Amino acid sequence: MSHDPAHLTIPWKGVCGMNPHRRHPFIFSSAMLVYVFLYAPIIVLILFSFNASRANVTFEGFVPTFSDKVVMDGSLVKASPCGPFHWFCELAKDKDVAEAAGNTLTIAIVSTLVSSVIGTMAALALQRYEFKLKPFSQLSLYIPIVIPEIVMGIGILTLFSQLFGVINGSLGLTGDSRLSMGLGTVIVSHIAFSVPFVTLVVQARLQGFDKSYEEAAMDLGANEWTTFRRVTLPMILPGVLSGALLAFTLSLDDFVITFFTNGPGSTTLPIYVYGLLRRIITPQVNALSTVWILTVFSVVLILQWLQTREAKQH
Amino acid sequence: MLKRLRENKSAQGTLLATPTMLWMIGLLIIPLLLTLVVSFGQRSPDGDVIYSFSLDNYIRLFGYSTDCDNGQASCFDPLYLQILWRSLTLAFNTTVLVILLAYPLAYFIARAHPLRRNTFLFMVLIPLWTNFVIRVYAWMMLLRTQGVINLGLGWLAGLFNIPFTPLEMLYTPGAVLVGMVYEFLPFMILPIYTSLEKIDNSLYEAAADLGANGLKTFARVTLPLSMPGVVAGTILVFIPVMGTFIVSDILGGRQVILVGNLIQRQFLDARDPTFGSAASLILMIMTLIVTYFYTRKFGFGEEIVVA
Repeated sequence: MSHDPAHLTIPWKGVCGMNPHRRHPFIFSSAMLVYVFLYAPIIVLILFSFNASRANVTFEGFVPTFSDKVVMDGSLVKASPCGPFHWFCELAKDKDVAEAAGNTLTIAIVSTLVSSVIGTMAALALQRYEFKLKPFSQLSLYIPIVIPEIVMGIGILTLFSQLFGVINGSLGLTGDSRLSMGLGTVIVSHIAFSVPFVTLVVQARLQGFDKSYEEAAMDLGANEWTTFRRVTLPMILPGVLSGALLAFTLSLDDFVITFFTNGPGSTTLPIYVYGLLRRIITPQVNALSTVWILTVFSVVLILQWLQTREAKQH
Repeated sequence: MLKRLRENKSAQGTLLATPTMLWMIGLLIIPLLLTLVVSFGQRSPDGDVIYSFSLDNYIRLFGYSTDCDNGQASCFDPLYLQILWRSLTLAFNTTVLVILLAYPLAYFIARAHPLRRNTFLFMVLIPLWTNFVIRVYAWMMLLRTQGVINLGLGWLAGLFNIPFTPLEMLYTPGAVLVGMVYEFLPFMILPIYTSLEKIDNSLYEAAADLGANGLKTFARVTLPLSMPGVVAGTILVFIPVMGTFIVSDILGGRQVILVGNLIQRQFLDARDPTFGSAASLILMIMTLIVTYFYTRKFGFGEEIVVA
């Protein structure tokens, strides 16, 4: 690209013509290669979910014909009522997967609701009020960012196991009434790592807007609650929603904390998949991954679409 | 009572922050303190914790061993130090590779047409939303001896009539490195993009007016101004790589043992929470030291929250 000053006078070239890096072939090709690196594994993963080979080591072609029942030849699926979607049908029949999916959603929804509410409250406190423990509170929010997740995971595991040991021992609880790891401990732990992120996101949003709107509402006779409901909340709502979305995705994706805090009956999808990876891997794992990827992808697309529609209306 | 609360701003603030603080104290600070206490304890024969003040776990981590080959009572065994060093170098190598891959892409997105920027950014996020464990599995499929990469290489070799023996890629340190780079790449792209996007176009114009060429503009304008993004990305990549155990577990097999694997095994298979706690504290101290010196030199990027 030329650096001739004459370029600067051509109006339609605009600012772009002056940026010496723009559309540099090196930048463009390395960016495209990184995209290939990001997507190739995912595409292979999806392709293999249609694999006819049960061993799933090499791709032996798509599961061929539709038929009344599953026909196997060694480890090859010769025919299936679902045709190429054989492994998706197997997945739908799997009770463990259904239970893990249910747990994953329950944990994500409950922990998102709680962490969005209390995180927003904390963000308001840190941004709008002065109180004694404010510096300490602010600092503590950075702990999950600067320590590895496994440190937090084993800490929480130790806490619960020691605590439950003491409680079970002193109350003489036995059998089913004993406190143990389960959905409860996973949810409580997920709230712990989500809250700081919600708080920081909402705080960033609160920083951006003017306190005088709230003061005006108060001057006009609105009490704190009305001011919050009618002025503050509508203004910070986008921040709260993006904080909630972040909390939701963190919870869905979490492996480490769940790994250390789950118990019988509280297996989540990531834990379930990890268990499978250490044993036998059939294309059913790929089918599960494909469903997961497509679900997340479509949810995000819908959210994006809603957001742009909202933006156009205003 | 309610009236007094209404007038007392400080009490209101405390009240609003209380639920979050309960969680932070109960599930972050107390567990960390408990880990510290347990790390000085001793293991009971059935895998419970005996509270005491003993430095045995730390001494063992730093190479003191009572399990010697030559019949001596004690000897130096660098096993755990090697694991710590391996984790540290892996985290370092991963971070460097991730920066090298992330920077051109972040630059490309930041310089793209504003209408296309969101799409390109969105394309970085999609792999991030597929699950962490699923992404490791995808690499397992690619790297296997009969996996996709060897299949492709074999096909290429066949085209040129070169004899080809499949490469053993899975269960090697290289596989773990590739897996780590893949897992954490988006966490570097986003903060670098954020800081690159903030750079005013007029700065490029000024550099061009003053006669700087492409490379010089990059070295004197672009790179220094994007450092906050690189710093934030480094923190977001380095810290989790130090503690992750799934990638090495699945892609490294039993060949590549990192601190994360060591800790996990103490809590599950070996049932020695006291030794696991000591290892986890050392891990935490190592990441804090590295983060401290790194941020003291380059500052703590605000981009960290944006990402």
